[in-house]
Amino acid sequence: MQGHLNDLQQRAQKKWEQLEGEALTVRIGTPTCGRAAGALDTLQDFRERIEKEGVEAHIIEVGCMGLCFAEPLVIIHKPKSGLPPILYGFITQQHVQRLVEGFLLGDDPCLELALGTVEFKEDGTPYIPELARFEIEERLVLRNCGYIDPLDIGHYLARGGYLTLQRALQMEPDAIILEIERAKLRGRGGAGFSTARKWRGCREIEARPKYLICNADEGDPGAFMDRVVLESDPHSVIEGMVIAAHVIGASQGFVYTRAEYPLVIERLKVALSQAREIGALGENIFDSGLSFDIELVAGAGAFVCGESTAMIYSIEGKRPMPRVRPPRSVERGLWQKPTVVNNVKTFALVQRIMEQGGERFSRIGTVGSTGTAVFALAGRVQQIGLVEVPMGTSLRKVIFDVGGGIPEGRRFKAVQIGGPAGGCLPESSLDLPVDYDSLRQAGAIMGSGGMICLDENNCMVETARYFLDFLCRESCGKCSMGRLVTKQMLLILEDIVKGQGTEADLDLLAALAHDVAEGTICNLCSSAANPTLTTLRYFRAEYEAHVKEKRCPALICRELITYYIVPEQCERGCDHCVLTCPTEAITTDERTRRKRILQDKCVKCGTCLDVCPPEYRAVIKVSPPEKVKELEKAAGG
Amino acid sequence: MAKEHSVDIIIDGKQVRAEAGEKILWAALSAGIEIPHLCAIEEADPPLGTCSLCLVEVEGRGVVASCVEPVSEGMVVHTRGRGSALRRRAMELLLADHPMTCKECPKKGKCEFLKVARAMKVKRPTHYRPFARVELPVDTSHPRIIFDPNQCIRCGRCLWVCKERLGEVPFDFINKGYEMCISTFMSRPLAETSCTGCGACVEVCPVAALCLKEQA
Repeated sequence: MQGHLNDLQQRAQKKWEQLEGEALTVRIGTPTCGRAAGALDTLQDFRERIEKEGVEAHIIEVGCMGLCFAEPLVIIHKPKSGLPPILYGFITQQHVQRLVEGFLLGDDPCLELALGTVEFKEDGTPYIPELARFEIEERLVLRNCGYIDPLDIGHYLARGGYLTLQRALQMEPDAIILEIERAKLRGRGGAGFSTARKWRGCREIEARPKYLICNADEGDPGAFMDRVVLESDPHSVIEGMVIAAHVIGASQGFVYTRAEYPLVIERLKVALSQAREIGALGENIFDSGLSFDIELVAGAGAFVCGESTAMIYSIEGKRPMPRVRPPRSVERGLWQKPTVVNNVKTFALVQRIMEQGGERFSRIGTVGSTGTAVFALAGRVQQIGLVEVPMGTSLRKVIFDVGGGIPEGRRFKAVQIGGPAGGCLPESSLDLPVDYDSLRQAGAIMGSGGMICLDENNCMVETARYFLDFLCRESCGKCSMGRLVTKQMLLILEDIVKGQGTEADLDLLAALAHDVAEGTICNLCSSAANPTLTTLRYFRAEYEAHVKEKRCPALICRELITYYIVPEQCERGCDHCVLTCPTEAITTDERTRRKRILQDKCVKCGTCLDVCPPEYRAVIKVSPPEKVKELEKAAGG
Repeated sequence: MAKEHSVDIIIDGKQVRAEAGEKILWAALSAGIEIPHLCAIEEADPPLGTCSLCLVEVEGRGVVASCVEPVSEGMVVHTRGRGSALRRRAMELLLADHPMTCKECPKKGKCEFLKVARAMKVKRPTHYRPFARVELPVDTSHPRIIFDPNQCIRCGRCLWVCKERLGEVPFDFINKGYEMCISTFMSRPLAETSCTGCGACVEVCPVAALCLKEQA
C-alpha cells in the first residue's frame, strides 16, 4: 500500500512536470469570488476560442489566489515562449480574444493586461515578484491556493501531498503532539488555544469512539478565509484532519460547513472521494491500521453553530444552543464522546508543520503567536482579498502595504477585526502587531480572520449598531443575560443613531456591555459587547456628537442629516436631480434656475447626491439637520 | 469517611464541605447560604443554565452560573459583589421584558418569578428602553392546559420535566436571539400534539405561561 502511494505520487509528479515544462496551460480562477466577477464566462469563452482556433492548450480551473479584487484571474504559461507563467487580472470576456490571439497563437504576452509573473519559492509556493505585497506575505495555508486544480488530486500529490500523512502515520502520536508543541501552534478559530494541549487532552481520555470535527461554519460578515481554503485546496485540510485523527485515535470525522457555501460542498465531496480512492481515508489508511473517514455536514444557516458546543448539537440533529463548559468537548463532545474541534486553517497548518517541522514554523511570527495569520481584507480597502502574513505584522502593513490602503484618497478611520464579536481599532492602533495577545489587549480579538476596513465615511455608532443587530438576531437566546442585555443595548443604539439618545445612555450602554461580557455562558454573547466597547473607547467623541449635538460627524445616520444644494455650485441648466427625485422635492427657481430641496418633501434617499455630476458636486449632506436653515438663510440673504 | 469524594470550598468567607462534582448552587443552599435561582433543577444534567439569576464570582474564574459550575477543592466563591450586580441586571431585564399583568394573573400570589424578584429586592425598572414585544395568541385548545407564550421567561423547566416524563416533547425552543421562544411544532395548537395533559410542566413553570384550565 505504501508503494501504492509512492507510485501514484511519482506518476502525478511526472504528469505535473510535463504540464509545467512543456504544455501550454491556461489557469482560470473559478472560486466563488471569481465567479462573482464573471470567471465562468471567461472560462467558457476561453474554451470556445481555443477549440475554434485549434490551439493545443490545457485549461485548468483553479481556486483563489487571494487577489479577489482583480478577479477574474488568469495565469497563462507558455513554456515555448521562454517566459515564466504570467498572471493576468480583471480578465472578462472582452479580453479573452486578445489573450488567445496575442499570446496563445502569437508571441505577444499582452503585458498591458498582466499583473506580474509567477515565480516559485524553494518549497514550491508561488509568488508574484512584481506585487510588493508578496514581500510581506508568507503563505503556508494559501500555498497551493490559486495554482493547483482543487478537483484533481494529482496536482496535490505532485506537490508532495499525502506523503506527510504517510510519514506521520508511522510516527507515535505523542511524537506528533511534540512536533505541534514545538511549533507552538494555536487554534486558528479565534480563541487561540494550544492545539497540542487540546489534542493531548483528548488523547489521554480512554472512552471510545472519539470524534474529530473541522469547523468550517464561517459566519462572520465579511469573512471568507475558510471558504477560499476549502474551495482552492481541500486536500491540505483533509490531510491535516487524518493526521489529527491518528493522534487522538478518532474513527470518524466531520467537516461542518455552511449550506450557503455550495461550491465548498461540491468541491469537498469530490476531494473526499478522491482521498478515499487513494486510500487516504477509509479502512486501514496506508497500511497503518488507522481507519478513519470524514462526513460532510451542511449547516442550516445559524451563525451560532460556529460555536463548538452548538455545532456539536447541530451535528446530533438537535437545536444548536451553546452549553456551559465544563465538561469540555474533548471530554464529552459529540454524542457524549471525546471530540476535538479545530478550524479549517488549523488543519491546513498541521499538514504544513508535519511537512516542514515545528521548529521552522515556530520561527515565523512572534514568541507568543507563532506562524502565519490569514485575513480576509474587506470593506473600504483597495485590494479586497485574502492575505497571509507572519503573526506580529503590523495592521498598517496589512492594510496599506498588502491591501493598498483606502480607496479614492479617503482617510482611514478604523478596522473591525475578529468579526461581529471583535473590536473596532482606530488609526492610533495601526502599528499594533497582529497577534492573539496584542489584539486582546487592544479590545479586539483575532477571531477567525475577518478584517473590515472603515473610512471617514463610516459612522462608528452605526457600525456598532450594525454588528450588535447581527449578534442580537444570531445569538441563541438561551440565557437571559445574552438575550435581554444585547437587545437592550441594541434598542439604545437604535435611539442614538436616530438622535434620541442622551448622555446618560452612553453610561448605561457601557455598563450593559461590561455586564454581558462577564455574565453570559458562551463566548458568542460575551464578546458581543466588543464592537460597542471598542467604539465607545476609541470614538467616544462621535457618540457624544450624536447624543449632545444630534449630529452625525460621518454624515451617515439618516435621521441626523439633511441634503442641501449649494447654490453657487449648482449648474442651472442641469436638471438631473429634479428629474430623478422620487418625491418631487426639488424645485427650480424661475429666475435663477437654481435648484432647492423642499425639506418637508425630502425622504433623504440620496439620489440627488448620486446623480449630481461630479464636476458640480452641488449636493451636500449636512448634520445636524437644522443647520440647513442657517445655510438657506445665509444663501437667501 | 469517604473523604476523597468531598471537597472544601469557601463561600462568602464560610467554609463549606461539598460533594466532588456538586454544583456550587446546591452546595451553598445546603450550607444555608442563599443564592437566587429560578431555572435550576438539581437533577437536570446538563443543567439548564438559562435564567442568569444565580451568577456568582469565583476567584480566578470570574463570574459563573452557580447552577452549572461544579465545586473544586479550595474554590473561593463570592455571592455578593460582581455576581450580585449581574444577577440584579438579569432580573431587572427579565422584569422589563415581562407583561406584568399581575392583577389578572392566574398565578397571582404563587408566582415564583416575583418571589425571587422580591427576595432580590428588585422592582420593575423604569430606566430601560421598553422591549415592546409583539403579543402572541394564547393557546387554549387543550382540554386541560392553557399556554400563554407572552408570560414565558424562557427558563426551559417545562421542556426538561416533559422530557423526563414523556420522553417525546410536544414543544421546544424555536427562533434565535431575542425572538427565541417556546412553541409547538409549526405553532400547531397544543391539543393537536402528543401532550397528555399530565400537568408536570404547569408545576414547574415559575410564571403563568403554563396553567391548568381549572386554575384560570
